[in-house]
Amino acid sequence: MMSSIAEELESIDREARAALAEATEEGQLESWWQQYLGRRGRLTQVLRSLPSLPLEERRQVGARANALKEALQTAYEERRAHLERVRLAREVAQAQLDVSLPGRPLPVGRLHPITQTLRDILACFQSMGFQVVEGPEVEWDYYNFEALLIPKDHPARDMWATLWVDYERDGERPMLLRTHTSPNQVRYMERHQPPIRIVSPGRCYRYEATDPTHEWMLTQVEVLAVDEGISMADLKGTLADFARRIFGAERQVRFRCEYYPFVEPGMDVLIDCFQCRGEGCRTCGYTGWIEILGSGMVHPQILANVGYDPERYTGFAAGLGVERIAMLRHGIDDIRLFYQNDLRFLEQF
Amino acid sequence: MRVPLSWLAEYVDIVLPVEELAQRLTDAGLEVADIVKGGEWQNVFVGQVMELRPHPNADRLTLATVELGGERWTVVCGAPNVAVGQKVPFAKEGATLIDPRTGQPTTLRRAVIRGVESAGMICSERELGISDDHSGIMVLPPDAPVGVPLSRYLGETVLEFEIRPNRPDALSILGIAREVAALTGQSVREPPLDYPEAGPPVQGRATVQIAAPDLCPRYVAALVEGVSIGPSPEWMQRRLTAAGLRPINNVVDITNYVMLEMGQPLHAFDFHKLVGGRIEVRRARQGERLLLLDGTEARLTPEMLVIADEERPVAIAGVMGGANSEVDESTAVVLLESANFHGPSVRRTAQSLKLRTEASHRFEKGLSRFLPLPAARRALRLMAELCGGSVAQGVIDLFPGKQKEVRVTVSRQRLARVLGIDLHPSQVRQTLGALGFSTRWTPPDTYVVRVPYWRTDIRIADDVAEELARISGYDRLPVRPLSGPIPPPEPSPLRELRERVRDALAAIGLQEVINYPLSDYDTLASVLSEEELRAHPPLRLANPMSRELEYLRTTLRAGLLRTLARNQRVRPSAVSLYEVGRVFLSRPDDLPREVEMAAIIMAGPKPGRWGQPSEEAIDFFDAKACLESLFLRLGLTADFLPGEHPAFLPGRLAVVQVAGQSAGLLGQLHPRLVSRFEANGEVYYGELDLEALLPHVPALRRYRPVSRFPPVREDLAVVVDEGVPAARARAIIEEVPLVARAELFDVYTGPPVPPGKKSLAFALSFQALDHTPTDDEVARARSLIVQRLRERLGAVLRG
Repeated sequence: MMSSIAEELESIDREARAALAEATEEGQLESWWQQYLGRRGRLTQVLRSLPSLPLEERRQVGARANALKEALQTAYEERRAHLERVRLAREVAQAQLDVSLPGRPLPVGRLHPITQTLRDILACFQSMGFQVVEGPEVEWDYYNFEALLIPKDHPARDMWATLWVDYERDGERPMLLRTHTSPNQVRYMERHQPPIRIVSPGRCYRYEATDPTHEWMLTQVEVLAVDEGISMADLKGTLADFARRIFGAERQVRFRCEYYPFVEPGMDVLIDCFQCRGEGCRTCGYTGWIEILGSGMVHPQILANVGYDPERYTGFAAGLGVERIAMLRHGIDDIRLFYQNDLRFLEQF
Repeated sequence: MRVPLSWLAEYVDIVLPVEELAQRLTDAGLEVADIVKGGEWQNVFVGQVMELRPHPNADRLTLATVELGGERWTVVCGAPNVAVGQKVPFAKEGATLIDPRTGQPTTLRRAVIRGVESAGMICSERELGISDDHSGIMVLPPDAPVGVPLSRYLGETVLEFEIRPNRPDALSILGIAREVAALTGQSVREPPLDYPEAGPPVQGRATVQIAAPDLCPRYVAALVEGVSIGPSPEWMQRRLTAAGLRPINNVVDITNYVMLEMGQPLHAFDFHKLVGGRIEVRRARQGERLLLLDGTEARLTPEMLVIADEERPVAIAGVMGGANSEVDESTAVVLLESANFHGPSVRRTAQSLKLRTEASHRFEKGLSRFLPLPAARRALRLMAELCGGSVAQGVIDLFPGKQKEVRVTVSRQRLARVLGIDLHPSQVRQTLGALGFSTRWTPPDTYVVRVPYWRTDIRIADDVAEELARISGYDRLPVRPLSGPIPPPEPSPLRELRERVRDALAAIGLQEVINYPLSDYDTLASVLSEEELRAHPPLRLANPMSRELEYLRTTLRAGLLRTLARNQRVRPSAVSLYEVGRVFLSRPDDLPREVEMAAIIMAGPKPGRWGQPSEEAIDFFDAKACLESLFLRLGLTADFLPGEHPAFLPGRLAVVQVAGQSAGLLGQLHPRLVSRFEANGEVYYGELDLEALLPHVPALRRYRPVSRFPPVREDLAVVVDEGVPAARARAIIEEVPLVARAELFDVYTGPPVPPGKKSLAFALSFQALDHTPTDDEVARARSLIVQRLRERLGAVLRG
């Protein structure tokens, strides 16, 4: 009797360990537990039969059975932990991706490069206290030319080849596509009193054959400041500040005399060529310097015409070509690319 | 304006290297656009064409044999103007020439042209870098010495100026010399003007009358008798050639020479050809015509000023002379004209005749009225010297537009206010003096500045300020940051909305494009309805650059469709674009109304798993999602109602309404249009009038409390007629209290739903601010929904 229980324990010990070593899944572990350690498990039954045994035998077999139970429980936990590790390792192995594959595409929208450049320019002046105001693209001859001291048959009209609207009044053609944003100077001053600080962006149009550096539609920004005590020094300071913010703090800035009928004195602003650092290259026309904008002190006659006292108020004005600035900043060598609207170009910005 | 350096050096010492001089002049407002150095022609010689034979293999080419002083070369020549006997620039192998196509320097190599070897070439002005002329070979004056290097014959550094229209005085070599002198501290050597008056008095022999003093403020005339016409001396011909003019004969060359030298256009008449020996300066008569020196015939109108004799016009004042009074070999007596004409009138005449000449180019800018006399004297001196003539005593000088010399009062304070620096009176006087101004300083603070007669551009104190600034250098003026009060900001809500729309559409994933606002009429009309065309007929340009750019757009449709089509050609996947820009709606007798519009266009297969085009194409609801997303960002609610428009596919167009007002369109463009623009597939287009949206865009949004209590979610499916818009059912549901949201999740037609009906399935959320809705409350709300849907839409609850 005694030996049969002992043998049973030995066989449980042997068989349970062998079976445990073969269990590779959660389910097998579960049924192993049922078979040996569960409520009806073989070892549980042995333990349940102990009370019916004689004391001596009960002590001996009981000790052995309890030790076996503990051992099997430990083996079970170890096996389970082992299988868990194997499963994780397998999952990790399976989780590997080719992370170089592209992400699922989302549509990417962008602003046109001219919009981007224009915003940079406006932001620069806005931070200096200038406000953005706009005006019409179809304009009267009066605002585009006459109010800017360019009367009919003035030779300076050749500086702006004009597209005229087919509309006649009193034998004249008074309506045109504005050739520059300067009309907004007069339009704004007619309705406001100094101090004035405005930037006025917009599209302008010229009768012009297109080539890599000429386009008949262009975007300009007009700058105007009028107040007591504004001089060329303020003009130079403002534009040099602008040039360095847009083209880099290390830029050198030069100024030279230029003629525009509506300013006196007139002035062009140049920066040292950032392509060749002044050595001379195609970008700067082998001069080392790049012209970036035209400007000057507002002609006192214009101030008087809008009702300001030109002895009390002075002002400066400037006009910038946005396409040109965008070309310089991005290294674009053909102005026509902007309005051809080829996505292969636009998506680069 | 081409200024040969050696000619310039006759009036002023050149003390700077030419590049530095050019930069100083440019900085002072006289732009040197180019420095042409003729002396650098290597391996180019003066040759003479001795013989021409046809090329055996090409009709347009000839074989030219060129004498080079002891050696003869036969080369292939394609120029139409080559002729035996001409003196020409001849380039040998190794010469560096300008490639006329690229404008880049290239080295000439031996070449076989249509089977004939050519070891050199006869050059055009463009190939030599002298001018842009490539219409034929350059022909040198007949006295050019054969065999000498071209650089020794023509070698001359030429400054090419781009003179601004305010400085007609600088359209002369003397004028440039004055600038050089002022900039470099030198003095000007004026050309001599005195001459022997050997002939009888001019008075009584020739008469001049000005009938139009408004257009002719001054007319100086003189007679030179006994001239012998022939070529002008070589030095004069070379200077004229270097300056870009063609020598003609001694009399004509002198008029051109003095024009280049002093800036005053002159004209020489053959006095014997002037009927009655009389000059009348008058307006042309209706119907008068004049054969001009260039061989063309001008039809004159009464706005044009002419020089006439007793019977007929003999010249168009300030523009060009007539053939009927031309100086030729038989001319013995010359009447020299040195006059001042009204600039705008000359400009109008030259423009309407399409004749822009060296003379009109100067007159239109308003020349000094004091220039005709010295210029006439200068020409008379040269004629006496070089034409063998004797100059009549005195000149005729009519000066109805006599002016006083210009004096400008300038305060020291004004100079400081404009320039930002207080200049010392001695510096002011010195700088102005170098330019020919004389300055009287009246303490404490005033200058009276006398302007030299040739500076017609100086009128006010600020003009004088510019003179001071440009001669001492703009770079030397002070620099300071802008200070002073910043004006109070003014709102610009439309501009702000427009920029928000730009940002939103880009964020939604569309690419911004910017299209031209000009188009041809048919293209515009093809995307507009008749009502649109009638309400706003597109504005036409009077001088369009081409038929394709003739009308101002009244819609963004055509431009976007064209840009879409162009991009579809190079992009197989979806193309989604937007534009924000103005359209131009005409109004009677006023500027057009410029309306800010935003428009989207999209077409093509949606992106697939790895960016490959998927089977699924963009459809109406993709386009609608873009607008809905935009409205969400702007805080707008919009209704999409069925609409009709000829540019859109019937049944696939929604009118976008905001607050009951139409604010735009969204739909599928008609396939007819899609193929007209050569686009592909189903194309969806939407447009919004930003001005119509603006009043409804909340400036700031009001906060609504968020419930802390969870919603109860239930689904509801109803069957309605197929024509019932889902949006109406949804609006009815969302009006019911306790309903937080009703989201459409399914639309179904087909069995078991009866024909002509559809099933709409909504996911409902019931929510209250202060408690979790009870089953009872939800049931009541639900039955209210069902009841209202039944009453208003005839809806039946789907079982």
